[in-house]
Amino acid sequence: MEQKLPRWIDIGLLPLINILAAFFVAGIIIAVIGENPFAALSVLVKGAFIYKGALGYTLFYATNFIFTGLAVAVAFHASLFNIGGEGQAMVGGLGLGLVALMLDPLLPPLLVVFIALPAAVVFGAFWGVIPGWLQAKRGSHIVITTIMFNFIAASLMVWLLAGMLMAPGQMSPETRSFADGVALAHFHTLLSYGGISVAKSPLNLSFVIALIACVAVWVLIWRTRLGYVIRATGQSEQAVIYAGHSPAKIIIITMAISGGLAGLMALNEILGVQQRVILNFTSGYGFTGIAVALMGRNHPIGILLASLLFGALYQGGAELDFEFQTITREMVLMIQGLIILFSGALAYMFNPLVTRVFSSFISASKGPE
Amino acid sequence: MMAELWLQFVLALDATIRMSTPLIFCAMAGIFSERSGIIDISLEGKMLLSAFAAASLAALTGSAMIGLVGAIIISVLFSLLHGFACITHKGNQVVSGLAINILASGLTVTIGFAIFSQGGQTPFLGREQRFMPLELPFIEVIESLPIIGPSLGVIYSEVISGHNILVWLAFLAVIVTGYVLFRTTFGLRLRAVGEKPEAVDTAGVSVSWMRYKAVIIAGILCGMAGAYLSVAHGGGFVREMTAGKGYIALAAMIFGNWRPVPVLLACLMFGFLEAIAARLQGVDLPVIGQVSTDLILVLPYVLTVILLAGFVGKAVPPRAIGVPYAKER
Repeated sequence: MEQKLPRWIDIGLLPLINILAAFFVAGIIIAVIGENPFAALSVLVKGAFIYKGALGYTLFYATNFIFTGLAVAVAFHASLFNIGGEGQAMVGGLGLGLVALMLDPLLPPLLVVFIALPAAVVFGAFWGVIPGWLQAKRGSHIVITTIMFNFIAASLMVWLLAGMLMAPGQMSPETRSFADGVALAHFHTLLSYGGISVAKSPLNLSFVIALIACVAVWVLIWRTRLGYVIRATGQSEQAVIYAGHSPAKIIIITMAISGGLAGLMALNEILGVQQRVILNFTSGYGFTGIAVALMGRNHPIGILLASLLFGALYQGGAELDFEFQTITREMVLMIQGLIILFSGALAYMFNPLVTRVFSSFISASKGPE
Repeated sequence: MMAELWLQFVLALDATIRMSTPLIFCAMAGIFSERSGIIDISLEGKMLLSAFAAASLAALTGSAMIGLVGAIIISVLFSLLHGFACITHKGNQVVSGLAINILASGLTVTIGFAIFSQGGQTPFLGREQRFMPLELPFIEVIESLPIIGPSLGVIYSEVISGHNILVWLAFLAVIVTGYVLFRTTFGLRLRAVGEKPEAVDTAGVSVSWMRYKAVIIAGILCGMAGAYLSVAHGGGFVREMTAGKGYIALAAMIFGNWRPVPVLLACLMFGFLEAIAARLQGVDLPVIGQVSTDLILVLPYVLTVILLAGFVGKAVPPRAIGVPYAKER
């Protein structure tokens, strides 16, 4: 008889085993290329949390992953696999940039920020809605369409940034800088007003917006009627039709929310750091969102934790690059791939083993009958 | 003027064939995998890994052949990993493919950096470490033919002759794919596990084993694609050298409706777009002026979206695609 596993094993122990498996394999690869995996791990941890300013950077990266992770998770709840976070974030950044560039000569900076923020959401949502509409109304597979839309977005960005949006007298594909003050405040400046001095880092108000987004997604998915219908669409479209809803409409709405969340990522990179639109500001964070959502089991708390882990990996990975001759940043990409493999594709590999150990443990504690 | 235009056209055709070759290999790989019911978005990653393996081995051993064999082995190993996740453990096929793609990006640079210390590249490969172009005989004979001689001669010497062995293998792969899928029992069963696995199971054939065989074949073909990029078309591995070609191949496979010959044509069309985009860079055309190469290069993706949406024609994927098979007890 197969025994049902308690909840703490299913949402706590198994994901942990999967991550450990990923790190174990990564450790073997590090050993094979001739470095000490434990030394690498220690540098990674120090680089992510302990060195001056490290924590700020870790949280800064985590902010990106919270947005893209939530984006993937919301779509997952409706059984939609949105691989297009990368493109949606790019287009979100484009929208944000267009608004900022158009309005910053006319309006006060704060007002520009308030208008640019929803623009990022709307543009991101738009880039998510098209694949959603194509899936809902035309039956095209959302995975393939979102992949194609990533490439289309990338081309669009190259075309615009190297063309009509390119700053005059510039050689690199980027827009002019926004007016002073069209930005989100950094934590270290905010804290300095309160007399607290912390090391400089790019951590900015987007992190707060990301935390709000976590709560909002939790409320949406588990505490609203729409969230209920989104989850129901993921379970059985028939039931949703029977309950009087249109699955097509729900798919489109879900993709709008998902794309909008991905679009928010642009706040952190563009309003938080660059203050202009640059090429490739998304640098793969949209794809990392998939790993984050898988690891976090599509729950905001899980996503927050997974984002912290990936934030630490990205920041610590930069430190690895510094300290080891043979380790580069791409090591992080490799670990990311392994995590997607173990927590995603092979998520249930250890289930039978854990179940066996668990049931033998239970029967042993009960003693022979 | 006419002769010059003709030559330009012929050179574009030649470039088309060179650009299409990796697409053809990968798209055929995709056909095998997806016809058996396994989604394969890891064409890109397997191609990247095998490009790296081929270039590294060719650099270390001095033999392009060893490079090719190593490329195939690596690619098949990752196919087996994909199979292990999707077939044995019924994992999500898209997630598994994505994991392989990201893993490939990280692994190739990490290991390349550790072995060669050249920022993730492999050393430049000399002539003897690569598959070099094969010049076909009779060029002079054809060129000396009366009337059609010169124009036919250009086509023969530029488009048909002067390709390396892997280009020929790619076209052979299309014929073999068509034959195996539609003229053999194996092919019938392979298509059946992608359409109606329970029927194949009832007939006493193992669905899992059939699917494993399909992904292994896909691995072999992706391995050739990778080797083509790094030891035939190019002279070494550069990070991210596949640059989305695996996804273009995926698009071509969908565009050709999972059928070898239409897929070949789609690959040639996408290869042609790439070839002319390179040629039109910064060229002023009469009437239309400069054409943005970005807009040409994005066409494969746009066309695929339009096709998938059913606005022109209709893409019909294998029925059981993406669904892990659970044997009834």
